[in-house]
Amino acid sequence: MAQSLAKEFTKGLWAEIPPFRLVLGLCPALAVTKSLENGIGMGIALTFVLVCSNLFISLLRNIIPSKVRIACFIVIVATFVTIVELLMQAYAYELFLTLGIFIPLIVVNCIPLGRAEAFAYKNGPLLSIADGLGLGIGYGLSLSALASVREILGNGTLTVWGGIPAFTMGPDFLPFKFLLTAPGAFVGLGLMLCLMNLIGKK
Amino acid sequence: MREMINMIVVLTVLTTFSGGLLAAVKSKTEVQIENQVLKFQKAPAIKGIFPETTNDPLAERFNVKNENMELQVFPGKLPDGSKAVAFETSGTGFGGAVGLMVGINLDKDTIIGVRVTTHSETPGIGSRAKDDPAFVSQFSGKGMDTNFGVKADGGAIDAMSGATVTSKAVSLAATQAKEIYQKLKPEIVKQMN
Repeated sequence: MAQSLAKEFTKGLWAEIPPFRLVLGLCPALAVTKSLENGIGMGIALTFVLVCSNLFISLLRNIIPSKVRIACFIVIVATFVTIVELLMQAYAYELFLTLGIFIPLIVVNCIPLGRAEAFAYKNGPLLSIADGLGLGIGYGLSLSALASVREILGNGTLTVWGGIPAFTMGPDFLPFKFLLTAPGAFVGLGLMLCLMNLIGKK
Repeated sequence: MREMINMIVVLTVLTTFSGGLLAAVKSKTEVQIENQVLKFQKAPAIKGIFPETTNDPLAERFNVKNENMELQVFPGKLPDGSKAVAFETSGTGFGGAVGLMVGINLDKDTIIGVRVTTHSETPGIGSRAKDDPAFVSQFSGKGMDTNFGVKADGGAIDAMSGATVTSKAVSLAATQAKEIYQKLKPEIVKQMN
């Protein structure tokens, strides 16, 4: 049991890491990764939604009739997304202002729905939590990695929390602004996927 | 038939439970969210309307009864000695309510300035009402007898091109502010002294 738990957890960190391997959840991955702070915030929000929705769906998997399962999944996911939105407004308002529309969009983001359909509806609660935690953390890590590259090269700063840069490249650094635009996000994402494939090949 | 009933029962129970949970979270976070909105939305808006005051409008805020709603009023004492108030109204825009903070000079009965606070308008289109000062600055200095409708409706305000619905929401909020002000001015003046 412990072994399969660890397996479900670690697959989210490399073998099925979103958004690279799953190629789901690309919309926020491209849009919010302008600074590391946003990447971390989005990762935390998604991890919370994924763990809670996976847990509830797997607990209710024998009760939910298969004909209305998608409607049930959406109700459960939407409930937790709204909770995240309210909590973020109450305790991290600045983050809420920058992430804005992308928090409610987690509902239609394919990761929670995909995991509900492909995993939580077929497996027990513990395995589903491990799966949700692994994928959520994996998503947070990918977003943070992509955001770090984009922020350091595109803006010359690195903001971890609270809107104040923890690190700057200094006045002589000429920022590569292209990386902060949407096409720049695609290119960054592609290069990171390329790097992952190179490492995975060995 | 059994299956049908089963589906209806499961969905009903699930949505009821979800609604209850959300209501509980909402009521728990309401006060905290209000504080955050005050700090991050209303405070900068008031600062924009009254760049210089001899008092602290946020600390001296008070409530005035408007029909059955409490209206939060921020009093400001301007450097030239005249008195002003700011309060928030809202109009319905493209993506929900558009909050508008309206600053009014009590002595001259003119608008000092308006600022958009909370909104969920389309980024880059309707959100210009908040980010681009050219639109809201049209209200500055206008008297209380002005028609705050957009020009297409016979008013005095130039709508933002491509964002008519948002422009109308702002005009509606300003018109509402005018009505509230005309109705409640005696009450506000009384509370300020």
